[in-house]
Amino acid sequence: MNSSVVSFFAEAPPYQMAVAKLTEILGFDSSVLMAFVTFFLASFVVVNVMALVGGLGTYAERKISADLQMRLGPNRVGPFGLLQFLADGVKMILKEDIIPRDADRFLFIIAPLFCLGGVFATLAVLPFSSGFTLTHLNIGVFYLLGVSSLVGVGIFLGGFSSNSKWSMLGGMRGASQIISYEVPVTLSIITIVILSGSLAFDKVIGIQGGLPHQWFFLHNPFTLISFFVFFISALAETNRAPFDLPEAESELVSGYHTEYTGMRFAFFALAEYIEVFVVCGVAVALYLGGYQVPFHLSELHFLHDTLGVPMAPARMLGQILEIGSFVTKTIALYYVVIWIRWTLPRLRVDQLMTLCWKYLTPISLFNLVGAAFWMWAFKGESVWTLLANLTNSVGGGH
Amino acid sequence: MTAYNLNAYMPVIILVGFAIIMIVGALIVGRFIRPHNPSDLKETVYECGEAPMGVAWSNFHVRFYVLALVFIIFDVEGALMFPVAVIFRKFNEIGSGSAVFVSLLLFIGVLLAGLVYCWSKGDLDWVKSYTQQSFNEERDEKKLA
Repeated sequence: MNSSVVSFFAEAPPYQMAVAKLTEILGFDSSVLMAFVTFFLASFVVVNVMALVGGLGTYAERKISADLQMRLGPNRVGPFGLLQFLADGVKMILKEDIIPRDADRFLFIIAPLFCLGGVFATLAVLPFSSGFTLTHLNIGVFYLLGVSSLVGVGIFLGGFSSNSKWSMLGGMRGASQIISYEVPVTLSIITIVILSGSLAFDKVIGIQGGLPHQWFFLHNPFTLISFFVFFISALAETNRAPFDLPEAESELVSGYHTEYTGMRFAFFALAEYIEVFVVCGVAVALYLGGYQVPFHLSELHFLHDTLGVPMAPARMLGQILEIGSFVTKTIALYYVVIWIRWTLPRLRVDQLMTLCWKYLTPISLFNLVGAAFWMWAFKGESVWTLLANLTNSVGGGH
Repeated sequence: MTAYNLNAYMPVIILVGFAIIMIVGALIVGRFIRPHNPSDLKETVYECGEAPMGVAWSNFHVRFYVLALVFIIFDVEGALMFPVAVIFRKFNEIGSGSAVFVSLLLFIGVLLAGLVYCWSKGDLDWVKSYTQQSFNEERDEKKLA
């Protein structure tokens, strides 16, 4: 069965009491209703937190770029300019909403929906912690790959429907770039799937441990390369610099969202920043140990039995530690993404395709063969386990 | 048996619903507070300040078509590889990992052969394969003249 935020809460007595009470009042089995309500509330929290992350993402982007260029960056609105994104939001919502006369109105209106809907749908499987993940689907990784492709549809529709040459060029580039880089991403993920033997995020993370040498990142040489292939391709899939060709302002004005104003533009930007967070989160989950906390600090028997924390707070504390571990790593990667953006110049479109098809794809195929060999020859043990076994056998030999 | 428990997919619908509510809600709220002064000039598409010439909906360059074909082949092969990748560990544990390994190698071999074919045909080049061809044609025409 798929575990989820509902099955986490369902273990708590108040939840079961609420289900029993509702069943009594309504006269039918209300466990599904209660599950819906729980999912709804949890999704509400996740969506709001992610909107905040998207907003703070724009702030972080500007502040970090200012740091790298020895400027101050936003510093007027709120402490350290922290409320800048709220001011931007207010400004956006007060802007006039213009739809070009020649545009395809229907496609123009639903294009941001594809972007935001695709990104929000990926949040369903993003593993914040073992309990507070909306749902641990048994096909989590596969689902994520599928749903995140919707963003590409949104970008192309946005470019196509505007009926502007700049948008059209940006949309074409965006679509070709996103589908090209999907291939190295998929192949890199298969590398991890081979070693973990599961598509579910909780299983993939469960196989890893809290300390760096237990992560897939340092599991064997092939996963190490595969992480970098994944990360570079993920940057390209989210249209981040140095791969931000669909919105290259020096050549395409603003790319696929040239004709979008006000809130419609804001949703494209929001979707992009949340997608970067999601992509970093996926990289953390697959390669950097996800929500695992070092030394099993978050596990129930440690908190409950060793430290003597009561049962209910111990469960919560464990989840909070896991979320902390996940979010810390994700934000560190987020910083790297922004850092890369303000360090490297933009690629040319032919260089982009060369990088994808002539470098990343062959490398990820090589990685795939390597990981398969590793699984076959060493039963999927990590380098460190093999080394430890080797020293043990050498030590025991004489 | 809860093997097909679709409850786990509820958040997907809820989240997409939130996306719709967010966009529609923000636009409806905005309708009451934002200005609305449409003018003819405002509603033209941006083309560096000039009056736009024609529509933007033109034919795609053929390279996008080739790219899409290559992508579909690779992505389908990737999708087909997922089941094999998932069962690899289990087959290894019961001692028949070699069968999975060899079949995976064969599959990747086919994929690699396809990549090498595309590469040698010049379909992975963004510019060269088409300009070279037109260059040759131009040269031939000059020779004839």
